[in-house]
Amino acid sequence: MRQSVFLLYVAMASVTYLPRMLPLVVLSRINMPARLMRWLSFVPVAVLAALLSPDLLLMSEGDASVLWLSPANLRLLAAIPTFFVALRTKNLYAPVITGLCTIFILNLVF
Amino acid sequence: MESLCSRQQSYQDLTLYTGIRSALPIVMGYLPIGAAYGMLARQAGLSNAEVVAMSLIVFAGSSQFIAVGMIAAGVNTWAIVFTTFLVNLRHLLMSASLSVSMRSISRPLQALLAFWITDESFAVCSATLNGRQATAQFIAGLQVTAYLAWAGGSMAGAVLGGMASGFMDLGIDYALPAMFIALLMMQMRERLSVVVAVLSAVLSLIFAIYVPGNFNVILATLLSATVGVLMSK
Repeated sequence: MRQSVFLLYVAMASVTYLPRMLPLVVLSRINMPARLMRWLSFVPVAVLAALLSPDLLLMSEGDASVLWLSPANLRLLAAIPTFFVALRTKNLYAPVITGLCTIFILNLVF
Repeated sequence: MESLCSRQQSYQDLTLYTGIRSALPIVMGYLPIGAAYGMLARQAGLSNAEVVAMSLIVFAGSSQFIAVGMIAAGVNTWAIVFTTFLVNLRHLLMSASLSVSMRSISRPLQALLAFWITDESFAVCSATLNGRQATAQFIAGLQVTAYLAWAGGSMAGAVLGGMASGFMDLGIDYALPAMFIALLMMQMRERLSVVVAVLSAVLSLIFAIYVPGNFNVILATLLSATVGVLMSK
């Protein structure tokens, strides 16, 4: 491995590690006010939704991202049965299997 | 007494094995996406060892794709590092959220486990814990399994190239959005969770389209969690 590449990785790793580590190590020692705890309790749901919606609804055009509401958007189509199975079962595996089977079939058909 | 018993039971649930098993959908996503990264990284001029080393040392999917693109374009090192920092800054929020459920874990272990925090392991972790305290074994099982899948996928992509990326055409990577849908539904415990989720999803789209630089997750989370608190009684 080239030394310059290794040094690049170490620098990338440092700036990636610090935001992963500092809040966890610092905040877990502090008694946080109730409102902050409440705020943090919304973070998982908010992060999940914020990660998911661009994955299903956006398409990249060069450097830009545009809304992709079309039947040709197979990832969005496959999300529909996945969503309903998730709503009914509230478990992890049934929706994942539903989503995978749907996207396999859609990929074969279209 | 009753709460003590149920608490002990929940601790028993969160074993190393539970963690490894919970990582299965992540593995299905990381293998093909890792392979795609490995192939692109080879095309950008990195050696096999360099491709896998980035996955092992940095371990941050989307920023690795971006870094590889910048390396291919011959961008200056500090620009790559700064972009990596910005793209991975969203982990601040996940780390802060995990600080609530990882209080019983020692500080050195917290600092070690923090290295492996990703969007996906965070999502599985918070949905599985459901307000309980985490065990180090559970988190280690979940995160290290995901780590090995990412490194393994990267290696397969680097070595096998197009053959491995044929995985992508099948759509196995769809395990990740499908898993996110499932985890989201599992966490719709109150009306306010639904409000926060819908708001965050919409804001994330708007920020992704109109604000350059991958800030959509951070901005959408900051705003929608704040609205959630303001709407709480």
